[in-house]
Amino acid sequence: MLTPRSALIDLGRYVELMGRVLTRPDRWRMFYRQYVTEMFQLGYNSIGIVLIISFFIGAVICLQIKLNIQSPWMPRMVVGYTTREIMLLEFSSSIMCLILAGKVGSNIASELGTMRITQQIDALDIMGVNSANYLILPKVAGLITIMPILVTFSVASGVLGAYATSLMGTTTVPELNEGFRYSFNQWFFWCGIIKAIVYAFIITTVSSYKGYTVVGGSVEVGKASTDAVVTSSILVLFADIFLTQILT
Amino acid sequence: MISVQHLYKSFDGRTVLHDINARFDNGKVNLIIGQSGSGKTVFMNNLVGLLTPDSGTIMYDDRDFVSMSKREKILLRREMGMIFQSAALFDSMSVLDNVMFPLNMFSDKPYDDRRRRAEDCLARVNLSGTGGKFPKELSGGMQKRVAIARAIALEPRYLFCDEPNSGLDPKTSIVIDELIQGITHEDHITTIVNTHDMNSVMGIGENIIFICEGRAEWQGPNTEIMDADNQRLDDFIFASDILRQVKLAHDEARRG
Ligand SMILES: Nc1ncnc2c1ncn2[C@@H]1O[C@H](COP(=O)(O)OP(=O)(O)OP(=O)(O)O)[C@@H](O)[C@H]1O
Ligand SMILES: [Mg+2]
Repeated sequence: MLTPRSALIDLGRYVELMGRVLTRPDRWRMFYRQYVTEMFQLGYNSIGIVLIISFFIGAVICLQIKLNIQSPWMPRMVVGYTTREIMLLEFSSSIMCLILAGKVGSNIASELGTMRITQQIDALDIMGVNSANYLILPKVAGLITIMPILVTFSVASGVLGAYATSLMGTTTVPELNEGFRYSFNQWFFWCGIIKAIVYAFIITTVSSYKGYTVVGGSVEVGKASTDAVVTSSILVLFADIFLTQILT
Repeated sequence: MISVQHLYKSFDGRTVLHDINARFDNGKVNLIIGQSGSGKTVFMNNLVGLLTPDSGTIMYDDRDFVSMSKREKILLRREMGMIFQSAALFDSMSVLDNVMFPLNMFSDKPYDDRRRRAEDCLARVNLSGTGGKFPKELSGGMQKRVAIARAIALEPRYLFCDEPNSGLDPKTSIVIDELIQGITHEDHITTIVNTHDMNSVMGIGENIIFICEGRAEWQGPNTEIMDADNQRLDDFIFASDILRQVKLAHDEARRG
Protein backbone atom coordinates (compact mmCIF):
# COMPACT_ATOMS: atom_id res chain seq x y z
CA MET A 1 0.00 0.00 0.00
CA LEU A 2 1.29 3.41 -0.97
CA THR A 3 0.66 5.88 1.83
CA PRO A 4 2.32 9.28 2.29
CA ARG A 5 4.20 7.79 5.22
CA SER A 6 5.55 4.79 3.33
CA ALA A 7 6.44 7.02 0.38
CA LEU A 8 8.46 9.28 2.67
CA ILE A 9 10.23 6.31 4.26
CA ASP A 10 11.04 4.97 0.78
CA LEU A 11 12.34 8.37 -0.27
CA GLY A 12 14.56 8.58 2.79
CA ARG A 13 15.99 5.13 2.26
CA TYR A 14 16.50 5.85 -1.43
CA VAL A 15 18.46 9.00 -0.64
CA GLU A 16 20.49 7.12 1.97
CA LEU A 17 21.31 4.38 -0.54
CA MET A 18 22.32 6.97 -3.14
CA GLY A 19 24.68 8.44 -0.55
CA ARG A 20 26.48 5.10 -0.51
CA VAL A 21 26.29 4.63 -4.30
CA LEU A 22 27.56 8.01 -5.39
CA THR A 23 31.01 7.81 -3.83
CA ARG A 24 34.46 7.03 -5.13
CA PRO A 25 34.80 3.32 -6.01
CA ASP A 26 37.00 1.24 -3.68
CA ARG A 27 39.04 0.09 -6.65
CA TRP A 28 38.85 1.77 -10.06
CA ARG A 29 39.93 -1.29 -12.05
CA MET A 30 36.97 -3.24 -10.65
CA PHE A 31 34.68 -0.31 -11.44
CA TYR A 32 35.83 -0.13 -15.09
CA ARG A 33 35.39 -3.84 -15.52
CA GLN A 34 31.83 -3.71 -14.20
CA TYR A 35 31.13 -0.51 -16.15
CA VAL A 36 32.00 -2.12 -19.47
CA THR A 37 29.96 -5.24 -18.59
CA GLU A 38 26.92 -3.16 -17.66
CA MET A 39 27.14 -1.01 -20.79
CA PHE A 40 27.11 -4.21 -22.75
CA GLN A 41 24.30 -5.89 -20.77
CA LEU A 42 21.99 -2.92 -20.34
CA GLY A 43 22.80 -0.95 -23.47
CA TYR A 44 24.17 -3.08 -26.24
CA ASN A 45 21.59 -5.79 -25.65
CA SER A 46 18.82 -3.19 -26.02
CA ILE A 47 19.92 -1.91 -29.43
CA GLY A 48 17.83 -4.50 -31.29
CA ILE A 49 14.57 -3.68 -29.55
CA VAL A 50 15.23 0.07 -29.93
CA LEU A 51 15.88 -0.20 -33.67
CA ILE A 52 12.85 -2.38 -34.36
CA ILE A 53 10.35 -0.41 -32.32
CA SER A 54 11.59 2.95 -33.56
CA PHE A 55 11.47 1.83 -37.18
CA PHE A 56 7.81 0.83 -36.94
CA ILE A 57 6.77 3.82 -34.88
CA GLY A 58 8.50 6.15 -37.38
CA ALA A 59 6.60 4.47 -40.20
CA VAL A 60 3.27 4.51 -38.38
CA ILE A 61 3.48 8.16 -37.34
CA CYS A 62 4.31 9.09 -40.91
CA LEU A 63 1.35 7.10 -42.26
CA GLN A 64 -1.09 8.47 -39.70
CA ILE A 65 -0.17 12.04 -40.49
CA LYS A 66 -0.24 11.51 -44.20
CA LEU A 67 -3.63 9.81 -44.13
CA ASN A 68 -5.38 11.87 -41.47
CA ILE A 69 -3.90 15.33 -41.41
CA GLN A 70 -2.62 16.17 -44.84
CA SER A 71 -5.05 17.95 -47.09
CA PRO A 72 -4.68 20.02 -50.27
CA TRP A 73 -4.43 23.27 -48.35
CA MET A 74 -1.55 22.10 -46.16
CA PRO A 75 2.06 22.35 -47.30
CA ARG A 76 3.65 19.13 -48.57
CA MET A 77 6.36 19.13 -46.00
CA VAL A 78 3.94 18.69 -43.06
CA VAL A 79 4.31 14.89 -43.01
CA GLY A 80 8.12 14.79 -42.73
CA TYR A 81 8.26 17.80 -40.44
CA THR A 82 5.74 16.42 -37.94
CA THR A 83 7.24 12.95 -37.95
CA ARG A 84 10.67 14.41 -37.23
CA GLU A 85 9.45 16.58 -34.38
CA ILE A 86 7.51 13.77 -32.71
CA MET A 87 10.47 11.42 -32.90
CA LEU A 88 12.96 13.99 -31.64
CA LEU A 89 10.85 15.58 -28.94
CA GLU A 90 8.93 12.72 -27.43
CA PHE A 91 9.24 9.27 -28.91
CA SER A 92 12.97 8.68 -29.13
CA SER A 93 13.66 10.11 -25.71
CA SER A 94 10.66 9.64 -23.43
CA ILE A 95 8.65 6.78 -24.90
CA MET A 96 11.79 4.85 -25.82
CA CYS A 97 13.03 5.19 -22.23
CA LEU A 98 9.64 4.11 -20.96
CA ILE A 99 9.99 0.91 -22.96
CA LEU A 100 13.55 0.47 -21.71
CA ALA A 101 12.34 1.01 -18.15
CA GLY A 102 10.45 -2.25 -18.58
CA LYS A 103 13.40 -4.17 -19.95
CA VAL A 104 16.29 -2.68 -17.98
CA GLY A 105 14.36 -2.02 -14.76
CA SER A 106 13.12 -5.57 -14.27
CA ASN A 107 16.55 -6.90 -15.23
CA ILE A 108 18.33 -4.79 -12.61
CA ALA A 109 15.79 -5.36 -9.82
CA SER A 110 15.69 -9.12 -10.23
CA GLU A 111 19.48 -9.41 -10.48
CA LEU A 112 20.10 -7.38 -7.31
CA GLY A 113 17.14 -8.95 -5.51
CA THR A 114 18.48 -12.44 -6.17
CA MET A 115 21.93 -11.39 -4.99
CA ARG A 116 20.34 -10.05 -1.82
CA ILE A 117 18.33 -13.17 -0.93
CA THR A 118 21.21 -15.53 -1.71
CA GLN A 119 23.43 -13.46 0.64
CA GLN A 120 25.84 -12.45 -2.12
CA ILE A 121 25.40 -8.82 -1.04
CA ASP A 122 26.08 -9.78 2.59
CA ALA A 123 29.23 -11.54 1.40
CA LEU A 124 30.39 -8.29 -0.23
CA ASP A 125 29.62 -6.30 2.91
CA ILE A 126 31.53 -8.76 5.11
CA MET A 127 34.59 -8.35 2.91
CA GLY A 128 34.47 -4.65 3.62
CA VAL A 129 33.37 -3.77 0.08
CA ASN A 130 30.89 -0.94 -0.35
CA SER A 131 28.38 -3.25 -2.01
CA ALA A 132 25.98 -0.48 -3.06
CA ASN A 133 28.74 1.39 -4.81
CA TYR A 134 30.31 -1.70 -6.37
CA LEU A 135 27.02 -3.07 -7.74
CA ILE A 136 24.96 0.02 -8.55
CA LEU A 137 27.33 2.77 -9.68
CA PRO A 138 28.51 0.87 -12.79
CA LYS A 139 24.88 0.30 -13.80
CA VAL A 140 24.05 4.00 -13.42
CA ALA A 141 27.17 5.14 -15.24
CA GLY A 142 26.79 2.46 -17.91
CA LEU A 143 23.21 3.30 -18.84
CA ILE A 144 23.86 7.05 -18.71
CA THR A 145 26.68 6.54 -21.20
CA ILE A 146 24.76 4.34 -23.55
CA MET A 147 21.31 5.96 -23.43
CA PRO A 148 22.21 8.98 -25.63
CA ILE A 149 23.54 6.55 -28.23
CA LEU A 150 20.30 4.54 -28.08
CA VAL A 151 18.31 7.76 -28.55
CA THR A 152 20.37 8.66 -31.60
CA PHE A 153 19.84 5.20 -33.06
CA SER A 154 16.14 5.48 -32.34
CA VAL A 155 15.80 8.78 -34.22
CA ALA A 156 17.75 7.42 -37.17
CA SER A 157 15.70 4.24 -37.25
CA GLY A 158 12.45 6.23 -37.04
CA VAL A 159 13.47 8.34 -40.01
CA LEU A 160 14.29 5.19 -41.95
CA GLY A 161 10.86 3.83 -41.06
CA ALA A 162 9.28 6.99 -42.40
CA TYR A 163 11.19 6.65 -45.66
CA ALA A 164 10.09 3.06 -45.86
CA THR A 165 6.47 4.21 -46.22
CA SER A 166 7.44 5.66 -49.61
CA LEU A 167 7.99 2.09 -50.75
CA MET A 168 4.28 1.53 -50.16
CA GLY A 169 3.51 4.52 -52.31
CA THR A 170 1.82 6.45 -49.52
CA THR A 171 4.49 9.15 -49.32
CA THR A 172 7.20 10.28 -51.67
CA VAL A 173 10.87 10.69 -50.92
CA PRO A 174 11.05 14.34 -52.05
CA GLU A 175 8.20 15.43 -49.79
CA LEU A 176 9.77 13.63 -46.83
CA ASN A 177 13.16 15.16 -47.63
CA GLU A 178 11.61 18.60 -47.65
CA GLY A 179 9.81 17.97 -44.36
CA PHE A 180 12.79 16.52 -42.56
CA ARG A 181 14.91 19.53 -43.48
CA TYR A 182 12.28 22.18 -42.83
CA SER A 183 13.27 24.61 -40.07
CA PHE A 184 15.45 22.11 -38.23
CA ASN A 185 16.28 23.16 -34.67
CA GLN A 186 19.36 21.34 -33.41
CA TRP A 187 18.50 22.13 -29.81
CA PHE A 188 15.59 19.68 -29.97
CA PHE A 189 18.06 16.87 -30.54
CA TRP A 190 20.03 17.92 -27.47
CA CYS A 191 16.78 18.10 -25.47
CA GLY A 192 16.29 14.42 -26.28
CA ILE A 193 19.80 13.59 -25.14
CA ILE A 194 19.44 15.50 -21.86
CA LYS A 195 16.11 13.83 -21.15
CA ALA A 196 17.60 10.42 -21.89
CA ILE A 197 20.40 10.99 -19.39
CA VAL A 198 17.95 11.99 -16.67
CA TYR A 199 15.72 8.99 -17.42
CA ALA A 200 18.71 6.63 -17.40
CA PHE A 201 19.54 7.88 -13.91
CA ILE A 202 15.94 7.43 -12.74
CA ILE A 203 15.54 3.94 -14.20
CA THR A 204 18.82 2.54 -12.88
CA THR A 205 18.70 4.07 -9.41
CA VAL A 206 15.02 3.33 -8.72
CA SER A 207 15.29 -0.26 -9.96
CA SER A 208 18.52 -0.79 -8.04
CA TYR A 209 16.88 0.55 -4.90
CA LYS A 210 13.97 -1.86 -5.31
CA GLY A 211 16.26 -4.83 -5.90
CA TYR A 212 18.93 -3.99 -3.34
CA THR A 213 16.44 -3.63 -0.50
CA VAL A 214 14.52 -6.89 -1.07
CA VAL A 215 13.72 -8.80 2.12
CA GLY A 216 12.42 -12.35 1.86
CA GLY A 217 12.44 -14.85 -0.98
CA SER A 218 11.66 -15.37 -4.65
CA VAL A 219 8.14 -13.94 -4.34
CA GLU A 220 9.56 -10.68 -3.03
CA VAL A 221 12.11 -10.58 -5.85
CA GLY A 222 9.29 -10.89 -8.37
CA LYS A 223 7.38 -8.14 -6.63
CA ALA A 224 10.44 -5.88 -6.50
CA SER A 225 10.93 -6.39 -10.21
CA THR A 226 7.34 -5.34 -10.99
CA ASP A 227 7.57 -2.43 -8.56
CA ALA A 228 10.78 -1.29 -10.21
CA VAL A 229 9.13 -1.11 -13.64
CA VAL A 230 5.97 0.60 -12.39
CA THR A 231 7.75 3.15 -10.21
CA SER A 232 10.43 4.05 -12.72
CA SER A 233 7.85 4.36 -15.54
CA ILE A 234 5.74 6.75 -13.49
CA LEU A 235 8.78 8.78 -12.48
CA VAL A 236 10.01 8.95 -16.08
CA LEU A 237 6.68 10.37 -17.23
CA PHE A 238 6.60 12.73 -14.27
CA ALA A 239 10.10 13.96 -15.08
CA ASP A 240 9.06 14.34 -18.73
CA ILE A 241 6.56 17.04 -17.84
CA PHE A 242 9.13 19.09 -15.96
CA LEU A 243 11.94 18.56 -18.43
CA THR A 244 9.72 19.53 -21.35
CA GLN A 245 8.70 22.68 -19.51
CA ILE A 246 12.28 23.59 -18.64
CA LEU A 247 14.02 22.65 -21.89
CA THR A 248 11.63 23.96 -24.54
CA MET B 1 40.66 -13.34 20.45
CA ILE B 2 37.08 -12.15 20.33
CA SER B 3 35.21 -11.56 23.56
CA VAL B 4 31.53 -10.83 23.95
CA GLN B 5 29.94 -9.30 27.02
CA HIS B 6 26.28 -8.88 27.95
CA LEU B 7 25.04 -9.10 24.38
CA TYR B 8 21.31 -8.58 23.85
CA LYS B 9 19.38 -8.65 20.60
CA SER B 10 15.64 -8.58 20.01
CA PHE B 11 13.33 -8.36 17.01
CA ASP B 12 10.02 -6.50 17.36
CA GLY B 13 10.05 -6.89 21.14
CA ARG B 14 10.92 -10.61 21.06
CA THR B 15 14.31 -11.14 22.66
CA VAL B 16 16.42 -13.62 20.68
CA LEU B 17 19.73 -13.23 22.50
CA HIS B 18 19.77 -12.77 26.32
CA ASP B 19 22.90 -11.55 28.03
CA ILE B 20 25.43 -13.62 26.07
CA ASN B 21 28.97 -13.77 27.44
CA ALA B 22 31.57 -15.71 25.51
CA ARG B 23 35.24 -15.87 24.60
CA PHE B 24 36.62 -17.12 21.29
CA ASP B 25 40.30 -18.03 21.39
CA ASN B 26 43.07 -17.43 18.91
CA GLY B 27 44.32 -20.36 16.85
CA LYS B 28 41.40 -22.53 17.91
CA VAL B 29 38.19 -23.71 16.30
CA ASN B 30 35.41 -22.18 18.43
CA LEU B 31 31.99 -23.75 18.01
CA ILE B 32 28.63 -22.20 18.66
CA ILE B 33 26.17 -25.04 19.09
CA GLY B 34 22.47 -25.16 19.77
CA GLN B 35 19.14 -26.27 18.41
CA SER B 36 17.67 -24.90 15.22
CA GLY B 37 16.16 -21.52 16.06
CA SER B 38 18.23 -21.02 19.21
CA GLY B 39 19.84 -17.88 17.78
CA LYS B 40 23.20 -19.06 16.40
CA THR B 41 22.91 -17.25 13.09
CA VAL B 42 21.64 -14.10 14.81
CA PHE B 43 24.61 -14.28 17.19
CA MET B 44 27.11 -14.66 14.37
CA ASN B 45 25.50 -11.87 12.35
CA ASN B 46 25.91 -9.61 15.39
CA LEU B 47 29.57 -10.59 15.65
CA VAL B 48 30.33 -9.69 12.03
CA GLY B 49 28.14 -6.59 12.01
CA LEU B 50 25.36 -7.70 9.66
CA LEU B 51 23.10 -6.98 12.66
CA THR B 52 23.61 -4.40 15.40
CA PRO B 53 23.17 -5.59 18.99
CA ASP B 54 20.68 -3.79 21.25
CA SER B 55 23.35 -3.63 23.93
CA GLY B 56 26.60 -5.29 24.95
CA THR B 57 30.19 -5.19 23.79
CA ILE B 58 32.08 -7.18 21.19
CA MET B 59 35.88 -6.87 21.42
CA TYR B 60 38.15 -7.89 18.55
CA ASP B 61 41.39 -8.24 20.48
CA ASP B 62 41.45 -4.72 21.95
CA ARG B 63 39.08 -3.08 19.50
CA ASP B 64 35.48 -2.41 20.46
CA PHE B 65 33.46 -3.38 17.38
CA VAL B 66 30.07 -2.03 18.42
CA SER B 67 31.12 1.55 19.10
CA MET B 68 33.49 1.76 16.12
CA SER B 69 32.97 4.28 13.34
CA LYS B 70 31.76 2.99 9.97
CA ARG B 71 35.19 3.57 8.48
CA GLU B 72 36.95 1.53 11.19
CA LYS B 73 34.39 -1.25 10.79
CA ILE B 74 35.13 -1.48 7.08
CA LEU B 75 38.86 -1.73 7.81
CA LEU B 76 38.31 -4.41 10.45
CA ARG B 77 36.12 -6.36 8.04
CA ARG B 78 39.07 -6.76 5.72
CA GLU B 79 40.56 -8.98 8.44
CA MET B 80 37.46 -11.18 8.44
CA GLY B 81 36.47 -14.06 6.23
CA MET B 82 33.01 -15.56 6.26
CA ILE B 83 31.45 -18.72 4.88
CA PHE B 84 27.68 -18.43 4.66
CA GLN B 85 25.15 -21.17 5.27
CA SER B 86 24.31 -20.98 1.54
CA ALA B 87 27.96 -20.53 0.37
CA ALA B 88 26.89 -17.20 -1.25
CA LEU B 89 29.30 -17.44 -4.18
CA PHE B 90 28.97 -14.76 -6.86
CA ASP B 91 27.07 -16.70 -9.50
CA SER B 92 28.02 -14.40 -12.36
CA MET B 93 31.74 -15.11 -11.85
CA SER B 94 33.88 -18.18 -12.44
CA VAL B 95 35.27 -20.05 -9.45
CA LEU B 96 38.71 -18.49 -9.92
CA ASP B 97 37.21 -14.99 -10.16
CA ASN B 98 35.25 -15.66 -6.98
CA VAL B 99 38.42 -16.53 -5.08
CA MET B 100 40.32 -13.67 -6.71
CA PHE B 101 37.59 -11.16 -5.92
CA PRO B 102 38.79 -10.05 -2.47
CA LEU B 103 42.34 -9.86 -3.84
CA ASN B 104 41.25 -7.79 -6.82
CA MET B 105 39.41 -5.49 -4.47
CA PHE B 106 41.99 -4.99 -1.77
CA SER B 107 45.41 -6.20 -2.88
CA ASP B 108 47.89 -3.94 -4.64
CA LYS B 109 49.88 -6.88 -5.98
CA PRO B 110 50.17 -7.42 -9.75
CA TYR B 111 47.71 -9.65 -11.56
CA ASP B 112 50.00 -12.69 -11.72
CA ASP B 113 50.57 -12.67 -7.96
CA ARG B 114 46.85 -12.35 -7.24
CA ARG B 115 46.09 -15.19 -9.61
CA ARG B 116 48.75 -17.38 -8.08
CA ARG B 117 47.42 -16.69 -4.58
CA ALA B 118 43.88 -17.62 -5.71
CA GLU B 119 45.13 -20.83 -7.28
CA ASP B 120 47.03 -21.67 -4.09
CA CYS B 121 43.84 -21.19 -2.07
CA LEU B 122 41.92 -23.45 -4.45
CA ALA B 123 44.65 -26.07 -4.18
CA ARG B 124 44.42 -25.86 -0.42
CA VAL B 125 40.77 -26.90 -0.54
CA ASN B 126 41.60 -29.61 -3.12
CA LEU B 127 39.92 -27.86 -6.00
CA SER B 128 42.83 -27.19 -8.34
CA GLY B 129 41.64 -27.26 -11.90
CA THR B 130 38.06 -26.14 -11.27
CA GLY B 131 38.92 -22.43 -11.57
CA GLY B 132 37.24 -22.11 -14.94
CA LYS B 133 33.92 -23.56 -13.82
CA PHE B 134 30.93 -21.57 -12.61
CA PRO B 135 29.41 -22.07 -9.12
CA LYS B 136 26.21 -23.58 -10.52
CA GLU B 137 28.28 -26.38 -12.10
CA LEU B 138 29.62 -27.49 -8.70
CA SER B 139 28.13 -29.73 -6.03
CA GLY B 140 27.13 -28.26 -2.66
CA GLY B 141 30.28 -29.55 -0.95
CA MET B 142 32.51 -28.11 -3.66
CA GLN B 143 30.73 -24.76 -3.39
CA LYS B 144 31.42 -24.73 0.34
CA ARG B 145 35.09 -25.40 -0.36
CA VAL B 146 35.22 -22.56 -2.89
CA ALA B 147 33.66 -20.35 -0.22
CA ILE B 148 36.43 -21.38 2.17
CA ALA B 149 39.06 -20.59 -0.46
CA ARG B 150 37.50 -17.17 -1.03
CA ALA B 151 37.32 -16.48 2.70
CA ILE B 152 41.02 -17.25 3.28
CA ALA B 153 42.36 -15.50 0.16
CA LEU B 154 43.24 -12.35 2.08
CA GLU B 155 44.72 -14.27 5.03
CA PRO B 156 42.05 -13.25 7.54
CA ARG B 157 42.66 -13.09 11.28
CA TYR B 158 39.05 -14.02 12.00
CA LEU B 159 37.10 -16.70 10.16
CA PHE B 160 33.34 -17.17 10.52
CA CYS B 161 31.48 -20.23 9.24
CA ASP B 162 27.71 -20.49 9.48
CA GLU B 163 26.83 -24.19 9.36
CA PRO B 164 29.55 -25.20 6.92
CA ASN B 165 28.21 -28.78 6.97
CA SER B 166 24.52 -28.21 6.40
CA GLY B 167 23.24 -30.30 3.52
CA LEU B 168 26.42 -32.38 3.23
CA ASP B 169 26.93 -36.09 3.82
CA PRO B 170 28.91 -37.12 6.95
CA LYS B 171 32.08 -37.93 5.04
CA THR B 172 32.15 -34.64 3.14
CA SER B 173 31.34 -32.86 6.41
CA ILE B 174 34.43 -34.32 8.01
CA VAL B 175 36.55 -33.21 5.05
CA ILE B 176 35.24 -29.65 5.44
CA ASP B 177 35.75 -29.73 9.22
CA GLU B 178 39.32 -30.90 8.86
CA LEU B 179 40.01 -28.22 6.26
CA ILE B 180 38.72 -25.55 8.60
CA GLN B 181 40.69 -26.94 11.51
CA GLY B 182 43.88 -27.25 9.46
CA ILE B 183 43.67 -23.69 8.20
CA THR B 184 42.90 -22.40 11.69
CA HIS B 185 45.97 -24.06 13.21
CA GLU B 186 48.40 -23.33 10.38
CA ASP B 187 47.48 -19.66 10.01
CA HIS B 188 46.69 -19.11 13.68
CA ILE B 189 43.23 -17.74 12.98
CA THR B 190 40.37 -17.11 15.40
CA THR B 191 37.72 -19.33 13.85
CA ILE B 192 34.06 -19.41 14.87
CA VAL B 193 31.79 -22.13 13.52
CA ASN B 194 28.01 -22.41 13.93
CA THR B 195 26.90 -26.00 13.92
CA HIS B 196 24.45 -28.57 15.20
CA ASP B 197 26.46 -31.47 13.83
CA MET B 198 27.66 -33.81 16.61
CA ASN B 199 30.54 -35.10 14.47
CA SER B 200 31.91 -31.56 14.35
CA VAL B 201 31.44 -31.12 18.08
CA MET B 202 33.43 -34.23 18.86
CA GLY B 203 35.90 -33.76 16.00
CA ILE B 204 36.97 -30.13 16.06
CA GLY B 205 35.28 -28.56 19.09
CA GLU B 206 38.28 -27.03 20.84
CA ASN B 207 36.13 -24.43 22.52
CA ILE B 208 32.36 -24.78 22.55
CA ILE B 209 29.62 -22.32 23.42
CA PHE B 210 26.22 -23.91 23.88
CA ILE B 211 23.28 -21.62 23.22
CA CYS B 212 19.80 -22.57 24.34
CA GLU B 213 16.81 -20.30 23.74
CA GLY B 214 19.09 -17.33 23.31
CA ARG B 215 21.17 -17.86 26.48
CA ALA B 216 24.76 -19.07 26.63
CA GLU B 217 24.29 -22.14 28.83
CA TRP B 218 27.73 -23.71 28.85
CA GLN B 219 31.26 -23.07 27.57
CA GLY B 220 34.18 -25.48 27.41
CA PRO B 221 36.21 -27.85 25.19
CA ASN B 222 34.76 -31.06 23.70
CA THR B 223 36.91 -33.14 26.07
CA GLU B 224 34.77 -31.87 28.94
CA ILE B 225 31.41 -32.09 27.25
CA MET B 226 30.85 -35.69 28.42
CA ASP B 227 31.21 -34.66 32.02
CA ALA B 228 29.38 -31.37 31.80
CA ASP B 229 26.78 -31.13 34.49
CA ASN B 230 24.07 -29.44 32.46
CA GLN B 231 20.75 -31.11 31.73
CA ARG B 232 19.91 -29.01 28.67
CA LEU B 233 23.31 -29.61 27.13
CA ASP B 234 22.95 -33.35 27.72
CA ASP B 235 19.47 -33.30 26.15
CA PHE B 236 20.84 -31.54 23.11
CA ILE B 237 24.09 -33.48 22.62
CA PHE B 238 22.84 -36.92 23.50
CA ALA B 239 19.56 -36.69 21.67
CA SER B 240 19.91 -39.85 19.58
CA ASP B 241 19.78 -43.37 20.99
CA ILE B 242 23.31 -44.23 19.96
CA LEU B 243 24.79 -41.17 21.61
CA ARG B 244 22.72 -41.74 24.76
CA GLN B 245 24.24 -45.20 25.05
CA VAL B 246 27.71 -43.75 24.55
CA LYS B 247 26.98 -41.34 27.37
CA LEU B 248 25.66 -44.11 29.65
CA ALA B 249 28.75 -46.22 28.99
CA HIS B 250 30.95 -43.21 29.70
CA ASP B 251 29.16 -42.42 32.96
CA GLU B 252 29.38 -46.03 34.07
CA ALA B 253 33.09 -46.23 33.25
CA ARG B 254 33.66 -43.08 35.30
CA ARG B 255 31.73 -44.42 38.28
CA GLY B 256 33.09 -47.93 38.15
N1 LIG C 1 15.51 -10.78 10.87
C1 LIG C 1 14.76 -11.38 11.83
N2 LIG C 1 13.60 -10.84 12.23
C2 LIG C 1 12.86 -11.42 13.20
N3 LIG C 1 13.19 -12.56 13.80
C3 LIG C 1 14.34 -13.16 13.44
C4 LIG C 1 15.19 -12.61 12.43
N4 LIG C 1 16.26 -13.41 12.28
C5 LIG C 1 16.07 -14.43 13.14
N5 LIG C 1 14.94 -14.28 13.85
C6 LIG C 1 14.45 -15.19 14.90
O1 LIG C 1 15.50 -15.47 15.77
C7 LIG C 1 15.49 -16.83 16.18
C8 LIG C 1 16.85 -17.44 16.00
O2 LIG C 1 17.10 -17.60 14.62
P1 LIG C 1 18.50 -18.11 14.05
O3 LIG C 1 18.44 -17.97 12.58
O4 LIG C 1 19.61 -17.41 14.75
O5 LIG C 1 18.50 -19.64 14.45
P2 LIG C 1 19.68 -20.69 14.25
O6 LIG C 1 20.12 -21.07 15.60
O7 LIG C 1 20.70 -20.14 13.32
O8 LIG C 1 18.91 -21.89 13.59
P3 LIG C 1 19.40 -22.89 12.42
O9 LIG C 1 20.24 -23.89 13.10
O10 LIG C 1 18.12 -23.49 11.95
O11 LIG C 1 20.11 -22.10 11.39
C9 LIG C 1 14.40 -17.52 15.37
O12 LIG C 1 13.31 -17.76 16.23
C10 LIG C 1 14.03 -16.53 14.31
O13 LIG C 1 12.64 -16.56 14.10
MG1 LIG D 1 21.35 -20.61 11.26
